[in-house]
Amino acid sequence: MELLVASAIGVLTAAGLYLVMRLRSFPVILGMSLLTYAVNVFLFASGRLTIGASPILTDGVEVYTDPLPQALVLTAIVISFGMTAVVVMIALGAYLGADDDAVDDPADDAPVEDVQ
Amino acid sequence: MSLFLIVALPFFGALLPGLMNQAGRKACAGITFTVSLAAFIGLLTNLPTVMAGEVVMARVDWVPSLGLNFTLMLDALGFFFALLILGIGLLIIAYGRSYLSRDDNMGEFFTYLLLFQGAMVGIVLSDNILLLLVFWELTSLSSFLLIGYWKHLPEGRQGARMALTVTGMGGLAMVGGMLILGQIAGSYDLSVILQNRELIQGSPLYLPALILILLGCFTKSAQFPFHFWLPHAMAAPTPVSAYLHSATMVKAGIFLMARMWPVLSGTPEWFVIVTTAGLVTMVLGAVIALFKHDLKALLAFSTVSHLGLITMLLGTGTAFGAMAAMFHILNHATFKAALFMSAGIVDHETHTRDIRRLGGLRHLMPITFTIATLAALSMAGIPFLNGFLSKEMMLEEAHHTVLFGSHWLVPVMATVGSLFSAAYCFRLIGHTFLGAKRDDYPAKPHDPPAGMWVPPAILVVLVVVIGVLPHLAEPFVKLVTAAVLGEAADVPKAYFKIWHGLVPALYMSIIAVVGGLVLMTVFKPLLKTWETTPRPEAKTIFEAIIAAAVSLARGLILTSHNGAFSRYGAVFAVTVVVAGAYAFLSGTVGETTRELQPVTPVALAGWAMLVAATLALVFQHRNRLLALILIGIAGLMVSVGFVFFSAPDLALTQFTVEVVTIILLLLALNFLPNRTPVESSQFRRMRDGVIAVLGGIATMAMSYHYLLRDALSTPISEFHLANSYKGGGGTNVVNVILVDFRGFDTYGEIIVLGIAALLIYALTETLLSGPVRARLLNRKPDQPRAGDMHPMMMVVLTRVIMPVVLMVGFYIFLRGHNEPGGGFIAGLIVSIAVIMQYMASGFAWTSARLRYPYHGVIGAGVLVAGLTGIGSWFVGRPFLTSYFEYVRIPPFHKFELATAAAFDLGVFLAVVGAVMLSLESFSRLARRAHVPDAEHPMDIDPSREQALAQTAADLKGGA
Repeated sequence: MELLVASAIGVLTAAGLYLVMRLRSFPVILGMSLLTYAVNVFLFASGRLTIGASPILTDGVEVYTDPLPQALVLTAIVISFGMTAVVVMIALGAYLGADDDAVDDPADDAPVEDVQ
Repeated sequence: MSLFLIVALPFFGALLPGLMNQAGRKACAGITFTVSLAAFIGLLTNLPTVMAGEVVMARVDWVPSLGLNFTLMLDALGFFFALLILGIGLLIIAYGRSYLSRDDNMGEFFTYLLLFQGAMVGIVLSDNILLLLVFWELTSLSSFLLIGYWKHLPEGRQGARMALTVTGMGGLAMVGGMLILGQIAGSYDLSVILQNRELIQGSPLYLPALILILLGCFTKSAQFPFHFWLPHAMAAPTPVSAYLHSATMVKAGIFLMARMWPVLSGTPEWFVIVTTAGLVTMVLGAVIALFKHDLKALLAFSTVSHLGLITMLLGTGTAFGAMAAMFHILNHATFKAALFMSAGIVDHETHTRDIRRLGGLRHLMPITFTIATLAALSMAGIPFLNGFLSKEMMLEEAHHTVLFGSHWLVPVMATVGSLFSAAYCFRLIGHTFLGAKRDDYPAKPHDPPAGMWVPPAILVVLVVVIGVLPHLAEPFVKLVTAAVLGEAADVPKAYFKIWHGLVPALYMSIIAVVGGLVLMTVFKPLLKTWETTPRPEAKTIFEAIIAAAVSLARGLILTSHNGAFSRYGAVFAVTVVVAGAYAFLSGTVGETTRELQPVTPVALAGWAMLVAATLALVFQHRNRLLALILIGIAGLMVSVGFVFFSAPDLALTQFTVEVVTIILLLLALNFLPNRTPVESSQFRRMRDGVIAVLGGIATMAMSYHYLLRDALSTPISEFHLANSYKGGGGTNVVNVILVDFRGFDTYGEIIVLGIAALLIYALTETLLSGPVRARLLNRKPDQPRAGDMHPMMMVVLTRVIMPVVLMVGFYIFLRGHNEPGGGFIAGLIVSIAVIMQYMASGFAWTSARLRYPYHGVIGAGVLVAGLTGIGSWFVGRPFLTSYFEYVRIPPFHKFELATAAAFDLGVFLAVVGAVMLSLESFSRLARRAHVPDAEHPMDIDPSREQALAQTAADLKGGA
């Protein structure tokens, strides 16, 4: 089971990295989402894997999974939504403003000379 | 008055002038004056204690772990400087009120001035050197604002930048020096450091600390070779020059040298560095000053020269030198501020500061003439004026100082400096006020209103009083000197008097004054020689250095940072993998402590789906809609995985977030192209693939190692499990952690979420108000639109489902404390319910029924959560302490009421507001894109069509 989770994290990371290195904003955003999954699952897995032992206190039950990573990941999921939304907005603004969704600056885009 | 209040008053007062700007100039200046006066009186209430030789202390721990405490100390030295800062500040404010013209924004000016005043008072009262550094940097910043106050003048902007660069660099050096000093002494409190003279001077780090601290002092006090910024800072309005660049800020470096005198001085290093720098600055400043034609530039270089004089006195390291330095600080502050104000008056009345265009003003401006002449003569060192007294003491001290083994070097240089100093004073008087009346002044000069001449007049009265009756100032100066010397030396016995007999200092003084007069007679040929002699221009050198730094930085940045974000991603990934691999290979890995758990078929199926969806996404990512569906599958599988591994809360959150994220991306895709073109080369795709696979393998290896080993120490989770019910009153530990144990984190998080949503809203507003708007309006949808945009089935369904979903959300919210659920999840569920209304019935219909704007909902959420947290203050507990109680209202069962529920309500509201505001902003773009907006909830409405037909029939009938 551990191998399944570890390989899933690996696959998500690899796919995320590949897409983040693409040249258009949409795949980059998808790649970031995949990386978010990978990171969230990784953080969650830091509590180690437990099956059938939810952190809901019940009389007579002694074994629970680690609740702390879950709480941290829960907020991380919500925050990553906010982050994705902002990035999408920026990408959209860039595309609508320039009619181009490339993420790299064009090579001839020289920096502006500073004004004294 | 408490020392805290004295420091805080100017800072808080700085808020007022801006507010009073509307109330008129008188009110604006009046309020500033009142604030300063209050601080001044507050300072004076401490006078008896200080005169009794005691030290007033005030202390609040700030960051004790860093040794940074808000400790203030008022001894005679601090009192002396604070008196100068606040006293002259009062005069400057009165003067500034008349000086500033109607076009100048007075509120802005006085706000900066008060900020500066507060920072200065902070420096001189700090007992903690880290706190002192904070105030030190604040003076640099506020003086930057003041020098550049006339933003329309290029000289003002350049001068401000130069001053900030030089003093800022010095400040950085000083940070290093102070940290070293604190490390040596083991404390950052001055009162401790000053007791450790032997320890500090014996340390091998003494010299680096000394050099770094002196760099800070020399840049601030414009000592050679950092003297050049001061004359350029003269582009500031004259009140600023009079205040910052003669009486206060430039004395900050000197203050610090005096403050550190007991521990830093007395060593050969201190003596050589400080005395030499002071001596060179003194002579150089005096020589340049003589040949300046701009009144303020002349005064600026003369200030440089006098600061050099004081520095040299401190450098000698003798008690008498320190006393002379303190006395000269007092005298210089009085006559130089008066001179600056007089120069300002001349400038104000004649519209020029060029000495070559002035002369003969004696008849036209008798009051100004009297003030300026007395002050200038004092500066020249004429008897019966205070400048004479301290200059005599300086010459006396110079007479005894042996530098580089020479008995002659210091006395001769000091005499030469005094000689030029006398010469430029005579030139100032002679060429501005004496001589024949001219008829080509740019304006018709006359004496200014009383508001402008009274402040310098008060200072000149002091000049004369101290000059004639020096014994009045003696006890105070000796008290200050005692504070400077600390336990390092005794206060000298020497008396302050005009006639000391025929001592060498008197002869040197006579040489200086007579020499100065002689120089004036040969001034014209001298000036010609000066102007034809080539000499290095400090400003050009400074600008060359800056240009070199800029081109170096630009070269570095442009080669490493070329705007290709995909390259950054690759570099980052490789770096992280290599660093991780190095750590992994060079470290040790413990034995596995956990058993591999058996794979179940369900898990395997889920894994297969996740991997398949992810891989398909990579290969099919060019088809964007398909990619979106595939990422949805991946997200869903992650949620299912959370359920499988005992994390129901996470699963619920991930699932609901997935829904809103996909809707969001769909909205975005509405505008973006549907396909990603093939752009990168085969090689590049291979390269990225290799990097990605490497990164994937690395993370996998790390996770795998991690999962098979237990934590080395007991996880703190045990505490949460044990106390969740007892302390937090909830059985859902995850929720209790969110709203109780780590409630502060959650509070910060909902604020971040709210800010993100507001940011999206702001970006949308910007887009819609800019040129993009026209493009959006003219945009042709690239896909055929559905004829039935608001299908009746969906409208009906979503409306029926709405109350049900709200009820589910409410239920999930309430059970959150004990069962999976809570504010986050409930917020997301309710958001989805509302989004469905938008989708089914259209934007206009839904927004028309919206009673509260989403901004308000976010705000309400943060407010509710915050107020819940603050509530615990009223029962004397820290922020966000939770409380719960079981109550029973018949006929219901016993149930729990917890403050955490109110906090969770805040979370709920913030999440709903943030999600909705983001999505609404996106859809507003879409809405403006294709103009017709369904006014009706349903496109097909038989009743409406009948009515239309009826109207048409009526019209036809009428025709």
